Amino acid sequence: MFGFTRKARVGAFAAIAVSVALVATGCAATGTDSGTDEGSGDADLSITFLPKNLGNAYFDTSDKGGADAIAEFGGTYAEVGPATGSPDGQVSYINTLTQQGVGAIALSANDPDALCDAVGEARDAGVKVVTFDADTNPDCRDLFINQAEADGIAKVEVDLIAEQIGDAGKIAILSATANATNQNAWIELMKADLAANHPNIELVDVVYGDDDDQTSFDKTAALLQTYPDLKGIISPTTVGIAAAARYLQTSEFKGKVFLTGLGTPNQMRDFVNDGTVTAFALWNPADLGYLAAYAAKALIEGTITGAEGDKFDAGKLGSYTVGKDGTVLLGDPFTFNKDNIADFNF
Amino acid sequence: MTETAATPRTYRDYAQPLWRRLLVSREGAVIAALVLVVVFAISFVPHFAQPITLTYLLLDITPILLIALPMTLIIITGEIDLSVASTMGLASVTLGVLHQAGMPIPLAGAIALVVGAIAGALNGFLITVVGLPSLAVTIGTLALYRGLAVGLLGTTAVTEFTEFWTDLAKSKIPGTSMPSVVIVILVLAIVFVALLHFTPFGRGIFAIGLSPETARFSGVKVERTKFILFVLSGLISALAGLYYTLRFSSARGDNATGYELQVIAAVLLGGVSIFGGRGSIVGPLGGVFLIGVLASALRLANVTSDVINIITGTLLVASVVATSFLAWFRTKRARPGKKTEILAVAKG
Repeated sequence: MFGFTRKARVGAFAAIAVSVALVATGCAATGTDSGTDEGSGDADLSITFLPKNLGNAYFDTSDKGGADAIAEFGGTYAEVGPATGSPDGQVSYINTLTQQGVGAIALSANDPDALCDAVGEARDAGVKVVTFDADTNPDCRDLFINQAEADGIAKVEVDLIAEQIGDAGKIAILSATANATNQNAWIELMKADLAANHPNIELVDVVYGDDDDQTSFDKTAALLQTYPDLKGIISPTTVGIAAAARYLQTSEFKGKVFLTGLGTPNQMRDFVNDGTVTAFALWNPADLGYLAAYAAKALIEGTITGAEGDKFDAGKLGSYTVGKDGTVLLGDPFTFNKDNIADFNF
Repeated sequence: MTETAATPRTYRDYAQPLWRRLLVSREGAVIAALVLVVVFAISFVPHFAQPITLTYLLLDITPILLIALPMTLIIITGEIDLSVASTMGLASVTLGVLHQAGMPIPLAGAIALVVGAIAGALNGFLITVVGLPSLAVTIGTLALYRGLAVGLLGTTAVTEFTEFWTDLAKSKIPGTSMPSVVIVILVLAIVFVALLHFTPFGRGIFAIGLSPETARFSGVKVERTKFILFVLSGLISALAGLYYTLRFSSARGDNATGYELQVIAAVLLGGVSIFGGRGSIVGPLGGVFLIGVLASALRLANVTSDVINIITGTLLVASVVATSFLAWFRTKRARPGKKTEILAVAKG
């Protein structure tokens, strides 16, 4: 049709067939390798991490924590996941893991509902499912490892700013959007905490940077113009704190106005190392993955069922108790400062 | 080439046994490759050889199979529709919003199908009446329909659907591991095969792809044909969107993002020429299965998703390149006895 001969087309077919055959043999080799790992021992401690997507530094860190835990108790660690964060991609992987009959899946869910059927089929087939970072509906999975509770997040931010400004003076909050559910809940708790425990700190304003870098930057500038005697800023959003730090870094206020909030080490590294920011908070994703792995182990071994009040051991993190709705709380948020920030990469 | 005369192809070129003619066709090659992958996977990939693999595979590729049908026809006319996945998302959100407002699923679903058909008609209008290129139009509506879908529901999702319908989407044909939705696919596939290969409308589609001018002068209603195809594409994309929504019990604005590329990749792998005028329904369906089975086997073999993407991408490129490369290779080692071939290649 394009003037190719019959033989050229036979050849083309042969080339396709051979390339497919090579691919298939290649995958078969990896396949048999993994196949031998399974079925050894009484309980199958093969635990597979299924993050929202691969190539995400946050999940690289959490899954590394999981791998460390699994190495400690002698299980088999694996990590699979879609290239982009989509629920249908995760469903395919949950189905695959169900077919493989792994011991447990540690899942960060891309959608609370869309994964429920697949998770249900996995559990019917005897696979334990622990969610971490992002939950499915509570009745779908066995356990959820919650990284932080609103109380803990609000308290650590107030404590950090109080410590930095000497527990007295004017502060402001640079939030995400005006209707951001999480941030608004935290801000209410911070206000209550300030009123009850820090009478000398005055919260003068709450501004919204819309989780946009430039808007947050501009709002920071405006705050410092409006309140020249401002002593501190809390930004309970990773976009906001980085933008505010970038403004402070090159302004006359560096070292005079203290900034804290929720941030990630990679965004904040420069600002912490040059003294713009003393300390900020977030949970430690490595601990989150570590705890998820130990929870999965306890479920596989049958020492817990995921019911409220169940206790299990989590290696270096100590002992944990399952709370309401099959939730395990990791603990207080983690404070990052100049001394420890070099240990983190996410 | 001194002694070459313009000898026409002899009857011997066509006098091959049927199996051989099937094998050298692009459709035959895709299906042979599919069989090969399945055999390899059954032999070497643990957990592949069980009925549930087929169930999961069919549930996964159903939307792609559905949309591949109208997409094949559109690509044969030399056009393209990039807005199909966004139309899926729009239909999904339409179903979700209406059902949330209290409308029963059949009615909400019917309205979602109409929305899909309107989306396709807008594409068709801009392409055939206004006369804009389909690539540009559907890149625009890809963004437009997705924007509407996300705008209607925002970042929220509708997840409460009548259980009867969500169960139906995932149900199996009793006594088999085949999902019931296969029946819908089979019926539609037969309709499209009949439409493309056994009707004047279908002949017209090929004629348009080979030369719109010639087709027009031969009495083919070029604009009307294309318009109908884009409406069909919108309608079936919406149907795929309904299936997707009910299967995952989740209506979200970003549902099925990126599916358009999976559909087009499978259609091209199945031997449909991107320049139009050439192709079949069987080839693209084989292409969807090939990509689906390959991905399923590789996942079971613990190959990571980025590597799976690299392999399917390479396969697609290789299948296109192999044909031209082998033709070039033949000319290099051609011997005097092979005049006809030299001539044929030189002309190509």
